[in-house]
Amino acid sequence: MELNHQTLAVINPGHSTKLRIGQKLSLSLVATGLMGQLLFWLNHTLAQALPVLVISITLISLGSLTYTWQLYRHKQPGISNDYQFTNSLTAKGSVAWVLAMMLTVFYIILYWFPQWLGLGADGQANTGLIALYDPLSFALKGKSASQWFVYGSLYTMAIDLLGIKFIWKYRHSRYQVYRTLSIIFFQTCFAFILPEIMQSLNQPYFDLKNLWPLNYYFFFDWHLDGLIKSGLFGYFLLFWGLAGFLVFTPVLTWLYGKRWYCSWVCGCGGLAETAGDTFRHLSDKSQRAWKWERRIIYGVLVFVVVMTLAVITTRLTGFRNLFIIDSGTLAHWYGFLIGAAFSGVVGVGFYPIMGSRVWCRFGCPMAAYLGILQKYKSRFRITTNGGQCISCGNCSTYCEMGIDVKAYAQKGQDILRASCVGCGVCSAVCPRGVLRLENGG
Amino acid sequence: MNILIIGNGIAGSTAAREIRRRSDHDITMVSSESVYPFSRTALMYIYMGHLPFENTKLEADDYWEKQRIRLVKGEVQSVDFAHKRVHLVNRESLSYDKLILATGSVPQTFDWNGLDLDGVQGLYHLDDLTRLETASQRGITRAVIVGGGLIGIELAEMLHSRTIDVTMLVRENSFSNTVLPPEESEMVNAEIRRHHIDLRLETELKEITGENGRVSGVVLTTGEHITCNFVGITAGVRPNVDLLRSTGLAVRQGILIDAFGQITIEDVYAIGDCAELTVATPGRKTIEAVWYTARNMGETVARNICGQSTPYEQGVWFNSAKFFTIEYQVYGSVPVSFGSGVTSLFWQHQDQKKSIRLVYDANGKILGFNLMGIRYRQEVCTKWIEAKTHIEVVLEQLELANFDAEFSECHENELRKIYHQITGKNIHKKAERSLSSVVKFLTSWS
Ligand SMILES: Cc1cc2nc3c(=O)[nH]c(=O)nc-3n(C[C@H](O)[C@H](O)[C@H](O)COP(=O)(O)OP(=O)(O)OC[C@H]3O[C@@H](n4cnc5c(N)ncnc54)[C@H](O)[C@@H]3O)c2cc1C
Ligand code: SF4
Repeated sequence: MELNHQTLAVINPGHSTKLRIGQKLSLSLVATGLMGQLLFWLNHTLAQALPVLVISITLISLGSLTYTWQLYRHKQPGISNDYQFTNSLTAKGSVAWVLAMMLTVFYIILYWFPQWLGLGADGQANTGLIALYDPLSFALKGKSASQWFVYGSLYTMAIDLLGIKFIWKYRHSRYQVYRTLSIIFFQTCFAFILPEIMQSLNQPYFDLKNLWPLNYYFFFDWHLDGLIKSGLFGYFLLFWGLAGFLVFTPVLTWLYGKRWYCSWVCGCGGLAETAGDTFRHLSDKSQRAWKWERRIIYGVLVFVVVMTLAVITTRLTGFRNLFIIDSGTLAHWYGFLIGAAFSGVVGVGFYPIMGSRVWCRFGCPMAAYLGILQKYKSRFRITTNGGQCISCGNCSTYCEMGIDVKAYAQKGQDILRASCVGCGVCSAVCPRGVLRLENGG
Repeated sequence: MNILIIGNGIAGSTAAREIRRRSDHDITMVSSESVYPFSRTALMYIYMGHLPFENTKLEADDYWEKQRIRLVKGEVQSVDFAHKRVHLVNRESLSYDKLILATGSVPQTFDWNGLDLDGVQGLYHLDDLTRLETASQRGITRAVIVGGGLIGIELAEMLHSRTIDVTMLVRENSFSNTVLPPEESEMVNAEIRRHHIDLRLETELKEITGENGRVSGVVLTTGEHITCNFVGITAGVRPNVDLLRSTGLAVRQGILIDAFGQITIEDVYAIGDCAELTVATPGRKTIEAVWYTARNMGETVARNICGQSTPYEQGVWFNSAKFFTIEYQVYGSVPVSFGSGVTSLFWQHQDQKKSIRLVYDANGKILGFNLMGIRYRQEVCTKWIEAKTHIEVVLEQLELANFDAEFSECHENELRKIYHQITGKNIHKKAERSLSSVVKFLTSWS
C-alpha cells in the first residue's frame, strides 16, 4: 500500500506543459477579446456595440485558431493526452476550480438574473452584454437580443472553435473528424441560425433537432399555441416534433445506436464533445456512480413523462391535478430543477470537476429514452478484438460516460451499455486496436 | 485446499481469478510490488500523465475481497518445497498445498561498468517508474537508452513527452529487425526519427561513466562519448528465477514446466514470464515473455488445479505494440526474411505509416498477417491460419478482417492489385467489412 501511495505522490506534482511564446500570444488574443466583452458588459456606453462585437469575436476566434495550430502542428497525428493528469486545468487543480466557479456563476446569472447581463426590462433597450449582441441579433432576425440569444451565440462559438481544435487533435481519425463536422453543422445551422431566421419571418422559435423529451416544453400550452397560430408551417413543426420522437428516434437508434443523436447531432452533447473534451477523463468510473446514474436518469425520465401527461391532460380536459400536484407547478419545477439547474448549472458549470457529460449521463431524459432503445432495440455495439487487450485502462479513463470499458475488453466481451454515446474515443485511444464501434449483430 | 501464488502480475492474477471461478479453494497471492494487481504495460501512460496509477489496476479494490482472494504484500525470500512453506523477508511464513510461481521477469543486464550509478535504470517494476519520476523531477536534460526493444521505444516516447533529448543505441542495423521484416522495421526507424530521437543503429555500449556516484555519460564501443544524465537499460528481460536457483529446481533460463504448467516438484506450478516450456511447438519459442502468454498460462493452470486436465497450447501466435503513433499487430507466423517457399504480399502506404503484409507458403496456404497502422480482427485471421486457407480465398474476403474505425480508408484492394501484378490473377472482392458478415464467417465452416 505504501508503495502505491509513494508512486502516486511522486507522479502527481503539478508538472504541466510549458507554453511556448506563440501559444501565450494566442491566449492573450482570446483574453483580450473576452476582456473587451467584459468591459462592455460593465459599461456599455463606453463604445459602439458593433465594432466591439466584431473586434472581440475576431480576436477570440483568431487567438483560439492560432493556439490550436501551435498546439498540434509539431505533433505527429495521433493520440495526444500528455499531461492530462498533471495539468492544473485538466486535473482538477486550482485553474479548474476557478473556471468551474466562473461558469457556474455565469449560468446562475443567465437563468435567474438576466437583468444583470443587461436585459432591458419591459421593452426597454438592452444594456451591458446583451446590448453588445444587439447588432448581430438585428442582422439575423431584426429584433434586439435576449439573454438566450447571447447564450446561443457564445455556445455556438464555443462548439465551432473548440470543435476545430478537436478535429485537429484527432485529425488521424476520420470517424472523429466527420462526427465533429456534423456537430458543428447542426449547432451552427439548426440550433443557431435557422431558428433565428425563422423568427425573423415571424415563425415560432424552433430548433428542429431538439426533440421531446429533451425539449420538455414541447407540449406546453404556449408552445403548442405558438405552433398552431403559425398555420401550415406550425403544423409541420408539430408533426416533425412528434415524428421525431415516435419514429425517427427509434429507427435511427435501431440502425446506429444513440450516437446518431448524442455525439453527432445534439447541442448538449456537442458542447461536451468539443469544449468538454479536455475534461472527458474526469467522469466517475465507479460502480457506485453507475448505480446513481441509473436511479437519477430514469427518475428524470419518469418526471418528464408524468409532467408532460399532466400538462396534456390539463390542456385537453382542463383538469389540473392529474398527479395530485397541479400540472403548472409540476412544469414549473421541472423547468427549474432539470431544465435550468441540472442541465445548465451542474451540466456545464461542473465540466472541469466532474467531466463533460454529467448532464448527458445523469440527467438527460432524451438520453434515457435513447439508452433504453439502444440497450434493447439496436444493432449498435462495441466489439473487442479477441485477446489483444493489455488492461492498460486508457479506454475507461477517456470514456466521458464513465463506462468501465476495460472491464469488458479484458474479458473479450462486447460492450452494450445504455449510456454509451458512441463518441468512439475509447477505440481511438486504445493502443492495441481492441475496440470497434459496429452497427450489426 | 490452500493455494499460494507468488507474484500478482497478469499470470498470477488470472490464475487466482480463474481458480475462484471454478472452485472454493483458499487463495493467497503475495507480491513485493503492490498490494493490488495492476497492468505493467500501462507504466508509460502513468508517466506521460495519460492516466493515474489507480486506473491501471486490473480490478476495483473491493473485487479481491469479494472474490475471497487474500492479497499479501511482501517479498518471498525462500521456498521450502519439502515442508511446503514459503518464507517472507519480514520473517512471516505461509504454508500451501499447491504453489504457483508467477514471479515474472527482470531487466536483462550485461557486465557493463557503471550499472550501479545513480540515474541508470531499467523499466519493469513500479519502483522503476518511481525512480524515473524522481530523476525527471530532478531534471533530465539528455537521456541515452540502451537497447531497442519494445520497452526501449516506450521509454523513448515517455522521455520525449517531457521534452528530454533522447539518444537510442541499437545493436542491430535496424529497429527490432529480429522481430520485424525489413520494411516494417524501417517504418519504425522513420517514426522514431520523426520524433527527433537520435537513433543510432549498429551502435553498442561499452561502459557508463559517472561523477560522484551519478551518471555523467556513456562510452560506445567506437570510443565515442555521449554526455547525459540518465541511462535507460532496455536490453530485454530474463525470467526472474534468482529466488529459486539454489533450491534444486529445474531451471534453464526460466523454470522448466511441462505442458500442464507443472514443474518437476509435485504440487508446484510455474506460469508467465518466469516459466519456460520444456518443449515448444515447432516454430515457437520456449519462453514467450508477453502479456497474452502469461494470461493464457494463468488460465490453464487454474483449470489443471481445479481438476480439469488441460495442456497449455501455444495457439496461433499474436502480439501487438505501438511505436509512437504507429500501431502494430501480428497474427500467425511472420518471418523477418522470405524465400525458401515462404512468400509475402506487402502493401505500404506512401506516408510510411501504414502497411499490410500477408505471408503464405509455396502451396498458397496463409501463414501470417503483419499490420502497421491498421487494425485486423484476431478471430478472423486466426481462423484463416488454422484452416490453412488459400491466399486467394483470404484476398477475396480480406475486408472481413479489417477492424479499423468506421470511415477509415480500406486498403485491401491494393493487396489484390499487387497480387495481380505478381501472379497475373484477378481476385475479386467478395466480402464486406460488416459485423454481420464477420459473425456469419466465424460461425460457418469451422
Ligand atoms: C514497460 C513494459 C511494457 C510492456 N508492454 C507489453 C505489451 O505491450 N504487450 C505484451 O504482450 N507484453 C508487454 N510487456 C510484457 C508483459 O508485461 C509481461 O509479459 C507480463 O507482465 C508478464 O506477467 P507475469 O505475471 O508473468 O509477471 P510480472 O508482471 O512480472 O509479475 C510478477 C510479479 O511477481 C512479483 N515478484 C517477483 N518475485 C517476487 C518475490 N520473491 N516475492 C514477492 N513477489 C515477487 C513481482 O514484483 C511482480 O509483481 C511489457 C512489459 C513492460 C515492463
Ligand atoms: S485501451 Fe485497449 S488495451 Fe487498454 S484496457 Fe482498453 S481495450 Fe484494453
